[in-house]
Amino acid sequence: MLLLALLPLVLAPLALAALALAVPRARWRPRLLLVGAGLHAAAVAALWALRPGPTLSGWLALDAAGLLTLSTASAVFLASAVYVQGYLATHPERDDRVFVGSLLALLAAMTGAALAQNLGLLWVIIELTTLATAPLIYFRHDALSLEATWKYLMVCSLGIALALLGTFFLAFSSAGPGGPQTLLLPDLIAAGDRLSRPWVRAAFAFLLAGYGTKMGLAPFHAWKPDAYGEAPGVLGALLAGGVTNIAFLALVRATSVCQAAGEGPFARSALLGVGLLSMGVAAVFMVGQRDFKRLLAYSSVEHMGILALGVGLGGAAAAGAFFHMVNNGLTKGVLFLTAGNIHRAYGTKDTDRVRGAARRLPLSGPLFLLGFLAVTGSPPFAPFFSEFAILSGALGGGRWLVAAAYLALLALIFVTMGSTVLRIVQGEPRQPAEPGFGDVATTAGPPLLLLLAVLALGLWVPRGLLDLFDAAAALVRG
Amino acid sequence: MTYWTGLVFVLVVVLDLLVLASSRLRGAIRTVAFQGAVLALLPLLLPAPAAGEHRVVHMVALAVGALVVKGFLIPGMMLWAMREAAIRREVEPIVGFVPSLVLGALGVAAAFTFSGALPLPAPELHPLLVPTSLSTVWTGLLLVVSRRKAVAQVLGFLLVENGVFVFGVLLSGFMPLMVEAGVLLDLLAATFVMGIVIFHINREFASLDTGRLTSLRD
Repeated sequence: MLLLALLPLVLAPLALAALALAVPRARWRPRLLLVGAGLHAAAVAALWALRPGPTLSGWLALDAAGLLTLSTASAVFLASAVYVQGYLATHPERDDRVFVGSLLALLAAMTGAALAQNLGLLWVIIELTTLATAPLIYFRHDALSLEATWKYLMVCSLGIALALLGTFFLAFSSAGPGGPQTLLLPDLIAAGDRLSRPWVRAAFAFLLAGYGTKMGLAPFHAWKPDAYGEAPGVLGALLAGGVTNIAFLALVRATSVCQAAGEGPFARSALLGVGLLSMGVAAVFMVGQRDFKRLLAYSSVEHMGILALGVGLGGAAAAGAFFHMVNNGLTKGVLFLTAGNIHRAYGTKDTDRVRGAARRLPLSGPLFLLGFLAVTGSPPFAPFFSEFAILSGALGGGRWLVAAAYLALLALIFVTMGSTVLRIVQGEPRQPAEPGFGDVATTAGPPLLLLLAVLALGLWVPRGLLDLFDAAAALVRG
Repeated sequence: MTYWTGLVFVLVVVLDLLVLASSRLRGAIRTVAFQGAVLALLPLLLPAPAAGEHRVVHMVALAVGALVVKGFLIPGMMLWAMREAAIRREVEPIVGFVPSLVLGALGVAAAFTFSGALPLPAPELHPLLVPTSLSTVWTGLLLVVSRRKAVAQVLGFLLVENGVFVFGVLLSGFMPLMVEAGVLLDLLAATFVMGIVIFHINREFASLDTGRLTSLRD
C-alpha cells in the first residue's frame, strides 16, 4: 500500500523534475510544480485515511512523526507551488529550468526522508535535500547569493558528514555480540540496553552536531541567515517549513534510540541546552537587525530551538513540540512568502527603507504583520497554544528555571522582532509603488490560506491530530 | 593480513598530514585521491565476520566503488574544474603550514586517546581503525577552516568523508550495499555541485579566494 503511494509521492515529482530539466525553453514549465504539488497533497490526504503499514522490509514506514512532517511539507509546498506561478511571472528574464527541477527534486527528497526508517537511508536522502536546495539559493545569480550558496553547501555538507559518522557509531553500538547489527530504527529501539551505551552517547553527540547544523540550531546556524536572506522568499518557506523539520525528525529518531538504550536523559539535556542557546542567540541577533529576511532567519533559529527544547523537556512538552513543528512550518510559510512580496515591491530588504507596506501591499503587508503576531505566540493563532503546551510541560515537570528562561526569551523576541515588523508595515510609503509588483492572487493568496490554516488550528484542533502529537511524542517521552 | 592492514592505516594518517603540509593545490588533490584509492583496499583487507560468498561480492563491490569514486572520478572532476576555471595553484593558508601541522598532530594524538576510552563491542577489530578514522575527520575539518581557497575547502570535506568511510568499513558486515552505494553517490553529487559553484565563484570574483565571500554578516 505504502509502496503504491510512492508513485505520486516520490516518483511523480522525480519524473516531473526530469521533464523540467530536459525541456529547454517552455512557458508551461512552472505548471509542472502545480501538477507535482497537487498529486503529492492528494496522496498525503490518502495516507491520512489509509495509514498503510511498513514496506520494503521495513525500510519505509509511516509513523506519527513522519506523517506530521510530511503533511506540513506537503501543505507548504502546495502553497509555494501556486506562489511560484506569480513569482516567476515577475522574473521572465531568469531561466527557471533548474529552479523548477530542483524544487520538485526537493519535494521527492523531503518525502523520502519523512518515510525512511533505516538511518543510513535517512542520511542519504537528507544529503540530497542539501544538494537540491543549493541551486535554489543561487537563483538570483549574483555575488551575494553565490556567497550564501557556498556557505550553505560547505557548512551543511560538513555537518551532514558528521551526522554520517554519528549514524555509523549508532550502527556500531549494535554490532556487539548479541546486538541486532542493524540500522533499522524499530530493531535498534527493540534492542534497547543491548546497545553499547558509550557508543550511543558518542553517536548522539555527532548526530546532534550534524542534523543540528541542517536544522539551524545554534551554535551550528552559521548558514541560515545568509541562505534565508539571499534565497527567494519561496525557498525560505520551504526550508523553514520542510527541510529543517526533516532534520528535526532525524534528531527525534536519534533521540528515540538513545531513549531505548537508557541514554534518554543525556540526549534530552543536550537538546534542552542547544534549544535554549538557540533562542538566546536568536534574541541577541534580532536586536537591530536591518534586513527583514535575515530577521526571519533568526526567528527560524529561535523556533528550531523551541522544538529542541520541547523534546528536551519530554513529557507533555514533547507533544507540544510536534504541534509547534506544524504551526511554525505553516506560519513561516506566511512570513517568507509575504516577505518575498514586500522585497519585490520595494526592491530592497533594508528595514530603514521599507515603510508603509500595509498601504502599498494591502494584502501582503497586513499578512506579514499577522504572521509575525502568530509566530511570536499571540492568541488566537495556533503557535500560542503549542508554545503554551511546551511551557506547561516545563512547569508540570518542575523545571522552573527553564520555564522562566523560555518565557523571558519569548518576550524579548516579541519586542525586538515587533519593533522591526511594525516599522515595515506602518506609516506612509516614501516612493510610489513600482508597477507590476503589487499583490496578485497567485502571490498573496497562498500566504492568506496558510494564515487561515494557522488560525483554524488555533481555534480547533481535531481529536485525531491531538492523538497524533501524543503518538509522535511517545517516541521520545522521558 | 593484520600487518598490511596496519600499514594502510599508518599510510592514511601520513597522507592526512601531507595534505596539511602541501602548498600546491594539484598536489593536494592528488594526495587526497591517493588516500581514497588506499582506503578502497580496506574492505578487502579487513576480515569479514561471516564470510559467505554474498559477503565477498559485497566487499569487492564496495572496494571497486570506492576506488572509482574517490580515486578517479572526484579528483578528475576537481582537476578539470581547476583547468577550466584557470585557478592559481597556491593553497593560501589562513593558518600557516607549520601551525596546521602541529594542530593536525595534536588531533591525531587526541583521536588515539579518545578511541582508547571507548570500549569496542566487536573485539576482533583492528586497534588502529577508530583512531585513523577520527584523525582523518579532524584533519579535514582543520583544512576547511584554515584554508582560503574554495578548492582546498572541498578537499577538507573529502578528507572528512574519507575518515567516515574508514569507520564505515567496520560495519560492512551488516551495512546494506544500498546505503553504501547511496553514500558514495551522494559524495560524488556533492563534489559535482561544489565544482559548479566553484566555477561560478571564479567567474564572479575572478578568484577562488573565499576570503572575498564576506559581505554577508551581522
